[in-house]
Amino acid sequence: MSGDRSHMEILREMLASQLLGVLGTHHDGEPYTSLVGFAASDDLKYLLFATGRATRKHANLVADARASMLVDTRTNRPADFTEASAATAVGVVEEVSDFEREEFDSLFLAKHPHLESFVHSPSCVRLRLRVSVYMVVTRFQHVIELHIDS
Amino acid sequence: MKLITSLDQIGDGDGSRVGGKAVALAALQRTGHPVPRSLCLTTDAYELFVERASLRAVIHQELGRKRFEDMRWEEIWDVALRIRNRFLRAPVPEDIVMAVETHLAKGLPEGALAVRSSAPGEDSEGASFAGLHDSFVGVRGLHAVIEAIRGVWASLWSDRALLYRRELGIDIDTSAMAVVIQELIDGVVSGIVFGVHPTDPEFAVIESVYGLNQGLVDGTIEPDHWTLERETGRVTAHTSPSDRRQLVARAPRTVVEEVALELRGSPPLDEKGLAGVFEAARACETLFGVPQDVEWTIADGRLVLLQSRPVTTSTAGEGDKRAWYLSLTRSLDNLRLLRERVELELLPAMDREADRIAERDLAALDAEELGDEIEGRRAAYDGWVDTYWRDFIPLAHGIRLFGQFYNEVVRPEDPYEFMELLAATPMLSVRRNIELARIASKVRENSELRGLLGAGQPGDAEFELELESFEREFGDAVFADQQCFGDRAQLVRLVLSLAEAPGAATPASGHGIEGRTEVFIERVDEDRKALARELLEIGRASYRLRDDDNIHLARLEGLVLAAVEEGRRRLRDRHDDEYLQVDLDDVVRALRNPNLVMEPKPAHAPPVVEENIRARPRQLVGQPAGPGVVTGPARVIEGVEGLFAFQPGEVLVCDAIDPNMTFVVPMASAVVERRGGMLIHGAIIAREYGLPCVTGVPDITTLVATGDRLTVDGYLGIVTVL
Repeated sequence: MSGDRSHMEILREMLASQLLGVLGTHHDGEPYTSLVGFAASDDLKYLLFATGRATRKHANLVADARASMLVDTRTNRPADFTEASAATAVGVVEEVSDFEREEFDSLFLAKHPHLESFVHSPSCVRLRLRVSVYMVVTRFQHVIELHIDS
Repeated sequence: MKLITSLDQIGDGDGSRVGGKAVALAALQRTGHPVPRSLCLTTDAYELFVERASLRAVIHQELGRKRFEDMRWEEIWDVALRIRNRFLRAPVPEDIVMAVETHLAKGLPEGALAVRSSAPGEDSEGASFAGLHDSFVGVRGLHAVIEAIRGVWASLWSDRALLYRRELGIDIDTSAMAVVIQELIDGVVSGIVFGVHPTDPEFAVIESVYGLNQGLVDGTIEPDHWTLERETGRVTAHTSPSDRRQLVARAPRTVVEEVALELRGSPPLDEKGLAGVFEAARACETLFGVPQDVEWTIADGRLVLLQSRPVTTSTAGEGDKRAWYLSLTRSLDNLRLLRERVELELLPAMDREADRIAERDLAALDAEELGDEIEGRRAAYDGWVDTYWRDFIPLAHGIRLFGQFYNEVVRPEDPYEFMELLAATPMLSVRRNIELARIASKVRENSELRGLLGAGQPGDAEFELELESFEREFGDAVFADQQCFGDRAQLVRLVLSLAEAPGAATPASGHGIEGRTEVFIERVDEDRKALARELLEIGRASYRLRDDDNIHLARLEGLVLAAVEEGRRRLRDRHDDEYLQVDLDDVVRALRNPNLVMEPKPAHAPPVVEENIRARPRQLVGQPAGPGVVTGPARVIEGVEGLFAFQPGEVLVCDAIDPNMTFVVPMASAVVERRGGMLIHGAIIAREYGLPCVTGVPDITTLVATGDRLTVDGYLGIVTVL
């Protein structure tokens, strides 16, 4: 957009700089959110994260794979209302297959090296949100949708 | 937290809490210079006020709507107006009121006071902004002092202050304002002295007026002006003002008066007086280490220093339009003269020039002469465009001057409520729309005529005469380099659309305005009622002329286009049509050179699309410019064709709305514009017709396409693409 950084740029930067996102799932229509460490694939099609098999979010996702993830740059100051950006990714969560594990680990652990033992634990499951759309919010209310072609 | 302090408790290191002005006054007092008795309300008080009313988030929100660099001057005006209104409506914490009350009682004499800004960093060397923030003189009583303090705080976010601080980087979270409250010295003569001339280091400058200094500082009173040798203090030049008037404190406020007849012929300072003021400037320079800009006054034969700050040298060649912008901030006197000039001289002169040009028969000119005619018309048009920027645009300040006054008196929730009082007489564009609506209503009532027109037949004789009369009066409208009413068939289609539009909007001009005006005037203090009426009158003239001048100017533009069109017509006889996407300069060149071969214009490259990712707008933020919420299909207007394809109920989406194309507004359900501000034409016409309006939406015409369904929220300034 003229005079403004492009929303793609803002999104890429946000996904690269932020460590945590808020994962939204549900159980029988009852909404549930949880903080997860994530990493984005280069083409922005996937947001990778990991969780224990026994967690509520995992149970929710097994029942319904539809999910969202909010990533944002707020700093808990009044300026956030205009200076912070946020992106809500909406899509479907799938388990990472065995032969894609290596790729997952190289991306995910490059960003979260301290989670190595967690990810490699037998009770952990590697997941990825296949994103269909990002809703990028800047300046409090300026919203642009970025649709990802599958 | 210390909310208020006296000068004797302020040291040189307290600038961040009390501001530059208070630090300098304290230093002057410490070294034995006479200064007015003063108190300083610290930045802690500002912080407390801002914190309690959550104003910092408001400022963030207002300044964050778009990048400051991308804001047009109208938008900066609006941002400042909205922030100011929030400051005016926010309660001042009781702790502050009590602290001020206690200190006033023990620290200052009863009677008139001056309440002045003292922003941290403001009066330091290299960042001295004379007159940037507001000061109030002749303030009496606790209530008025609190209101003046609020005004000083708000002036930290005035449009002038925002523009000046832009380069320094506006830090909303750390910006703060202290306030100096002083006894008002009832000086018989006042002035300023620059220890060094801002542009010539060899000289110093003294300016002086009779009465209070504020008249000089805010530009209301023209001063006597002396240039002196900096080395010796010898006067090298003196300029007298055209008329000697003075600002004096008369309870309950200050007034401008004629100077007593016996003094009118003499300058306020004689040789001895000049020497005394010059010496004071030298003493201040010695004290502060750099040449000073000192405000002073003389009362009971004693020279009192009101404030002292480093002289800032003007930096020539600043790239932006700051100087021009600041020239928009005009006094009432200045606006009065400007209005007379625009209404009585400039607009009639522009019309006379258009009449003269229109008399020339283009068909009778040979090719060479036609080329000259096109250039002559363009030169005339360009000259008037310069006048538009120089004289017409600054007149718009009249709208704002009234708005500020209204908001101070009424403190309305909607900071633009005042605009309802401005549309007393219809603008030309509205008169044009009323005329179109009248013709359309005749068509609506006459099924036979409607049938004829619908079948592409000419209407009856009366109808055709009405159209001719309309074309004569309003036919010069030009939009996007095309004449709007050049095609009779298009005009007929427009009339038919208007006839078929159920419940087309009607203009609000004048409805109930007298009653509302009287309600407003009732609320103004008795001694300011005359001023209120005058400001309203100037505001109304500014409001009307702001729109009308575009219509006048379009007539000249239309005459340029008519000549260019005649040139293109002749060139078509000479070249293939496909070579004829030519601009004005090419037409002139080709007319002058019969052998010139026109090059075809290169096609536009298609926009590059990011691989696999499609961007789609969902919610776009602009500025609220007309209250209401509506949903409807978009009609993106880029040229005259779009105007004539306009369907009733569509949302008018445009890069820059121009009064020449607002004839479709009565059919629109809402107005959205890329340019921002409440004083732009889109906002003015939308208010006139009571339509929701959002302005200042970046890239709106590329993000939205004709046919997209939009929800326009004119309360919040948001456009949602459904």
